[in-house]
Amino acid sequence: MTWMRQHLMPVLTVVAAIIALWYAGAVALNAPWAYDQAKRADRDLSFSALVAETWSQDKPKLPAPHQVVAEIWKTSGDMVLRGKAFSKRSLVFHGWITLSATMLGFILGTGFGILLAIGIVHNRAMDMSVMPWVIASQTIPILAIAPMVVVVMNSIGFAGLVPKSIISMYLSFFPVVVGMTKGLRSPDAMEMDQMRTWNAGAWKTLISLRLPSSMPYLFTSLKVAIAASLVGAIVGELPINQDGGLGARMLVGSYYGQTIQIWSALLTAAALAACLVGLVGLVQGITLRRMGMAR
Amino acid sequence: MIWVVATILFWLVAWWINLKLSHRPRTRLTSFLVPGLFGITLLILWEGMVRGFAINPVLLPAPSAIGLAFATSLPVLWVDFVQTFVKGALSGYAIGCSAAFLIAIAVDRSPFLQRGLLPVGNFVAALPIIGMAPILVMWFGFDWQSKSAVVVVMVFFPMLVNTVQGLQASDHMQRDLMQTYAASYPQALMKLRLPAAMPFVFNGLKICTTLALIGAIVAEFFGSPIKGMGFRISTEVGRLALDMVWAEIAVAALAGSAFYGCVAVIEKAVTFWHPSQRRG
Repeated sequence: MTWMRQHLMPVLTVVAAIIALWYAGAVALNAPWAYDQAKRADRDLSFSALVAETWSQDKPKLPAPHQVVAEIWKTSGDMVLRGKAFSKRSLVFHGWITLSATMLGFILGTGFGILLAIGIVHNRAMDMSVMPWVIASQTIPILAIAPMVVVVMNSIGFAGLVPKSIISMYLSFFPVVVGMTKGLRSPDAMEMDQMRTWNAGAWKTLISLRLPSSMPYLFTSLKVAIAASLVGAIVGELPINQDGGLGARMLVGSYYGQTIQIWSALLTAAALAACLVGLVGLVQGITLRRMGMAR
Repeated sequence: MIWVVATILFWLVAWWINLKLSHRPRTRLTSFLVPGLFGITLLILWEGMVRGFAINPVLLPAPSAIGLAFATSLPVLWVDFVQTFVKGALSGYAIGCSAAFLIAIAVDRSPFLQRGLLPVGNFVAALPIIGMAPILVMWFGFDWQSKSAVVVVMVFFPMLVNTVQGLQASDHMQRDLMQTYAASYPQALMKLRLPAAMPFVFNGLKICTTLALIGAIVAEFFGSPIKGMGFRISTEVGRLALDMVWAEIAVAALAGSAFYGCVAVIEKAVTFWHPSQRRG
């Protein structure tokens, strides 16, 4: 009960406030068009009629939440029920494309990041020469040139998943490197000395001491990394829209002024991000409890 | 062939020097020299490989070609820089960060709102907000106002979360001390809580520097007047003038690093008392 009062209620209040603001915004932004239409049809618009009008336009400036939810249902759940889950107009299809690019990039980025962190921890020259550049590379707005990377790779014959995953990889590898370097260094002097008294080599120390004690750090980084990876995949989809994907859906929507379609893709992406981060959190909870590290 | 051999030779020599340097005691000079040498090696490796294997400049131009494009089209780059960075990114950064800061202070007195805002803010900060770009471009038109709006949306939540967290950073002892001094709420805020929040605030500000530049550039892909870094990148890619694209990227990288560096310098001056800023 206290948990509900302490955590659930405040969050629900804030979410409710956001939705209320959204509805109000829809009225404010769509009103000019509604007035214009009413003027042409030569009828007066009462306030309730205005509200009803602004919440049900075809191409509103800001679609009302229920319109977006209806669109999402129409292009996902409804299509699944009718057995057309993987048709080109289905959000499940586009979401799947984005998800596979995200996962590929995430796995590559995590693997690469862990390897680099192991190298940095074991080799002083690497630590001193690579680490500043890893940090500097993040002040570069690489995401902004993501579409270019995709276009260029496409022109040399790498189409489909790979270019997008490379962007995802670049974005997800940074948090993993930083987190893992910290994590692999987290065993204290006493523990390291213990390994030495057992005559354990660098490899043995890595496997039995450094890697296990880096797990909490790894999972914290993975949560950041997977969210970044999804952003990378979406931006990577912007320039090549015949392949599909949530990013392509947004771009096509913006070409044709289909605001409801943009918002539904956006909300699907948000839900996907939430699921992915939640999933990593779940694995984190299970793993850390098994290893006796749960806090 | 000679290029490839020479580059690999250079690489090995540089690696050897770095190994020697890194085994000496760490001084200011070595901690600057080692990454510097590594960076130069990367550039030379890039140049040598592009020349040695005669890689098509459409694919990957050599650093020298990029440097040439950079030097010959300075006026264009400057116009793009002003349009994207000064007008789009900086204005949005200022508006977004200050709005988030003020709202964080406004909700500071209500623990209820804080408990609600923190998880929601954390959640929104992890979302692909960049997807708002096409919508905001539709709302605010093609010029820099829409870019600045995208930046505002992108920086708002990371900044809000960091400030709210920072305002909770002072510990009980310190707050009790303020109470014993009979400090009013504004006094306690100004003298204790805000200064204690500064490391968090600057953390947010630093994260937002990169976000601001990314937001401004990506928003230009959805429509922009005929200037701006994002516009130039997308059109020059279309013309396969990759050296110009890379010159634009170099500008973005320089601007991004300089922006980050500026915030870091201010941070150093403001939070000189924090353990992470102390030397030794």
